[in-house]
Amino acid sequence: MNNFDYLRAGTIKEAVRGIATQPANQFIAGGTNLIDLWKYDLTHPARLIDLNGLDELKTITELPDGGLRLGALVSNNATAYHPIVEERYPLLSRTILAGATAQIRNSATNGGNLLQRTRCYYFYDVASPCNKRVPGSGCPAIEGQNRLHAILGESAQCIATHPSDMAVALAALEAVVQVTGPEGQRSIPIADFHRLPGNTPERDNTLAADELITSIDLPATGYAAHHSYLKLRDRNSYAFALVSVATGLELEDGKITRARIAVGGVAHKPWRKPAAEDALIDKEPSPEAFGAAADILLAGATGYGHNDFKIELARRAIIRNGAMALDPSCQRPGAQPSL
Amino acid sequence: MPNRPDPPTRAVTLTVNGTARTVHVAPWVSLLDTLRDHLDLTGSKKGCDHGQCGACTVICNGQRILSCLTLAVMQDGAEITTIEGIGAEGKLHPLQEAFIAYDAFQCGYCTPGQICSSIAMIEAGHGNTREEVKDLMSGNLCRCGANTNIIDAIMAVKDGAHE
Ligand SMILES: Cc1cc2nc3c(=O)[nH]c(=O)nc-3n(C[C@H](O)[C@H](O)[C@H](O)COP(=O)(O)OP(=O)(O)OC[C@H]3O[C@@H](n4cnc5c(N)ncnc54)[C@H](O)[C@@H]3O)c2cc1C
Ligand code: SF4
Ligand code: FES
Ligand code: FES
Repeated sequence: MNNFDYLRAGTIKEAVRGIATQPANQFIAGGTNLIDLWKYDLTHPARLIDLNGLDELKTITELPDGGLRLGALVSNNATAYHPIVEERYPLLSRTILAGATAQIRNSATNGGNLLQRTRCYYFYDVASPCNKRVPGSGCPAIEGQNRLHAILGESAQCIATHPSDMAVALAALEAVVQVTGPEGQRSIPIADFHRLPGNTPERDNTLAADELITSIDLPATGYAAHHSYLKLRDRNSYAFALVSVATGLELEDGKITRARIAVGGVAHKPWRKPAAEDALIDKEPSPEAFGAAADILLAGATGYGHNDFKIELARRAIIRNGAMALDPSCQRPGAQPSL
Repeated sequence: MPNRPDPPTRAVTLTVNGTARTVHVAPWVSLLDTLRDHLDLTGSKKGCDHGQCGACTVICNGQRILSCLTLAVMQDGAEITTIEGIGAEGKLHPLQEAFIAYDAFQCGYCTPGQICSSIAMIEAGHGNTREEVKDLMSGNLCRCGANTNIIDAIMAVKDGAHE
């Protein structure tokens, strides 16, 4: 572990300037991922720029187009329990509550959640090679322990998955990430925010190192009537997803008029394919219809040994979650039945 | 990583269990180490130091957080309640009483975190069913396996059996 200096930013400008002065400077929000990585000697900040003084990033506000702006520094729990989120975006609320634990969600922020790093065992082990941690050093997961790893969109350099639950719901909701950097502001659709590893697995996303996430904006459509987040994992609570599915549906006269399906735990980013969603239009929400959509969504999936089970599990999870979305009241917030 | 010269320590003021206390710590010192090593409050435990066990749970500005995954400098000005601030000499907090009544600990290592965590959960108005309480308490591991009794104790307090 290295030592580091600290600055509590008073304004967005000061935060962005603080990052620009030294490439090894890093923002800190909740600290729940950064401090953990630092203790494992996986990240080496020169100075932490604390964002917790930026009150303008700590609010949830309604947007003129009927959408909702989630400040980057609002905690995951405050977001999940916010009355407007609970009422209009229950898919997001339930997804957040399925992640981490209450203590972690109280500290973890919306911006930080998107930027958490993979849970690949080799990435965490400084004694192992890892292309994501040390570009060019190799990827032991491909032939090694890869139960957590990707079946879609992976590359010969890296088969890691993105661990965020929240990002999966945001993908189904088609959120937009608002960022500010030295050159001004820009908007990144969530589908373009996380990236596939390709030949540069060290890059998880398309955010520049000197850019600050200011908010995550939700469009007006929230699928409050028909939605579900299904998270499958080794224990019922406090574990990362092996496979998860966020589904949002709109129905008219018993037929699907709009569908969004995003799958987590299977790729370097939440996995979505508009063709799979289009295939559901005008169909009745039946297991057959969701099965056909799953086939499109999972086309080309490849197992690496320990994660072969994910291919069939993902298919079944998509079908089951389609049925659960029809009756959101069958899902209890944050808890699925256990012993 | 080349180590840089240490930056100066910072003055951090925390209101811990109702008393304002100022410490001088390096920027990388966790809130947990500050409580234990600088303020002699060793009730909060270090089980894993990586956010995985919940033994370090404290109540910070009314919310339960993991003190091992936050830095003291980030909490300057915060109000912290640790297990030492719960209950009073000769008068236990209802949850402390319930933990005794329901045999909710064996070695006791996880207990300060369990109690801080459950108090904050109840104060936040969360956990309406046993199922929800189990989920919302899953961040506090008990390696002695007292979990069932811990949930019993919390449910008893929630149901008003231990006021
Ligand atoms: C034991 C454990 C279990 C967990 N389980 C789950 C789980 O099941 N599901 C899940 O989804 N997550 C899980 N998490 C991860 C947790 O959700 C993340 O650690 C958290 O969301 C990160 O948010 P933070 O605010 O603490 O980020 P920080 O740790 O403060 O920052 C993370 C990164 O984001 C950068 N950053 C933060 N905010 C901004 C911003 N506004 N702009 C630009 N950069 C920024 C930082 O520089 C840093 O690189 C778990 C974590 C732990 C420790
Ligand atoms: S899968 Fe990616 S993160 Fe894991 S060892 Fe390979 S390169 Fe590293
Ligand atoms: S010591 Fe903080 S969670 Fe284990
Ligand atoms: S009582 Fe021993 S760890 Fe819980």
